[in-house]
Amino acid sequence: MKKTLTTPIKDEDLESLEAGDVVYLTGTLVTCRDVAHRRLIELGRELPVDLKGGAIFHAGPIVREKPDGNYEMVSIGPTTSMRMEKFEKDFIRRTGVKLIVGKGGMGAETQEGCVENKAVHAIFPGGCAVLAATKVEKIEGAEWKDLGMPETLWVNKVKDFGPLIISIDTKGRNLIEENKAVFNAKKKPILERINARIRFIK
Amino acid sequence: MSAAASIPEAAASLDRDVARLTDLLSKFTAYIGKRLPADVSHKLGELRSQEVNFLAKEVYESMRQNQEAADRLDRPSCQDTGVIQYFLTAGAKFPLLGELEQILRDATLNATKDGPLRHNAVETFEEKNTGTNTGSRIPWLDWEIVPGDDGVTIDVYMAGGGCTLPGAAKVLMPGQGYEGVAEFVFDVITSRGVNACPPLLVGVGVSTSAETAARLSKKAILRPVGSHHPNEKAALMEELLAEGLNELGLGPQGLTGNASVMGVNIESSARHPSTIGVAVSTGCWAHRRGRIRINADLSHEVISHPGFHA
Repeated sequence: MKKTLTTPIKDEDLESLEAGDVVYLTGTLVTCRDVAHRRLIELGRELPVDLKGGAIFHAGPIVREKPDGNYEMVSIGPTTSMRMEKFEKDFIRRTGVKLIVGKGGMGAETQEGCVENKAVHAIFPGGCAVLAATKVEKIEGAEWKDLGMPETLWVNKVKDFGPLIISIDTKGRNLIEENKAVFNAKKKPILERINARIRFIK
Repeated sequence: MSAAASIPEAAASLDRDVARLTDLLSKFTAYIGKRLPADVSHKLGELRSQEVNFLAKEVYESMRQNQEAADRLDRPSCQDTGVIQYFLTAGAKFPLLGELEQILRDATLNATKDGPLRHNAVETFEEKNTGTNTGSRIPWLDWEIVPGDDGVTIDVYMAGGGCTLPGAAKVLMPGQGYEGVAEFVFDVITSRGVNACPPLLVGVGVSTSAETAARLSKKAILRPVGSHHPNEKAALMEELLAEGLNELGLGPQGLTGNASVMGVNIESSARHPSTIGVAVSTGCWAHRRGRIRINADLSHEVISHPGFHA
């Protein structure tokens, strides 16, 4: 059965989710990436959007400004979440954000933040930006536009936004880190086999 | 120029040629952001049909829907349309050789408006997004001059942040051998490659220093999926690395699956006896590159995208 989260998201909406589950989002999804994280955490600036119970998207979209001054979402896919790792734990604590959407995994600090504050990280398939744009019903706001198109905080009204694959759950399971451990364990014997055949320097 | 043509007429004819080529390359650049090259689409279709893992199949299905939607809605298939890079293999006798740099700058500006493309040029040290996708030395141009030729082959590449992040170069000591090259490739792919939107097209430069290897690794991912290095040992290494990386089973988005890569392409040069320069560039699954050949009379042939019409 298709599981849908709706903002504002409550702790109990997330408690039963497991790493590897697929969910969808309906409600408000705010883009928030490198410089916005830095401004809040390192520069101590107030975030111009209230994220309590909310969802952020590590993404820098292509947005077209229409003649009437409204915005059209053209293309919006996830960016590499790992870049926000150094800020995310504090970010979760400070904002009360519940769902962080991006691509690739995040690290141990974010994992701690998700456990402490009952939040999750989810992966939207990277590169699928038009699919994502078709799930954006409306752009309701644009904050910190001085950062330029990719880094602006775009406030999106979304419906059935997904698939979102839970990569860090509220119990601290971290799917991509688990996968990486498997990849690393496989690496050595494969390399030994390859290396036996490429001793070209004799 | 015929004897009858006056200087103003010749200048007007040059302007017309420049405008015509600018228009063609603007359209081609914008198009590259919307549709994948034939070799990449074909390979992705093959990987999708072979996949058996649940999450991996889910992601391949999203990818398929996305490319279909991008085509139908005429939009950039990935929001990160990259920093625009042009790799020119230019005949020394190409009539607009001296105009090409300005033509490609204007093509980037036009494609950014008409595509549209995302504004991806942040002026370093100023730390301001220029809002035009152009900036100092951007679009980035890489030149190779071919002495006797009178045409130009241009590769457009959209260097996205995700697929550029794993980019790495290192200079090994010969004692580490090609074994060290293989280990470096595996380390890069299992650490940062996981986040770079696999299945990846992995480019490896094997050369003499960091920057020569880095440049060759980028040239390697401009080569078609499934093509091979002309040297037998290098081709063997391409195959062994691709097989080995696939055995890791990164799957799409690192969620595990049958494959990790679309392929491994190696480019190489001779090296200093004391060094082995090695570098890795990764192309994400949405590997947006296009190759077009312009002849001396400005007629053209699109090599990467049979569907493109100016």
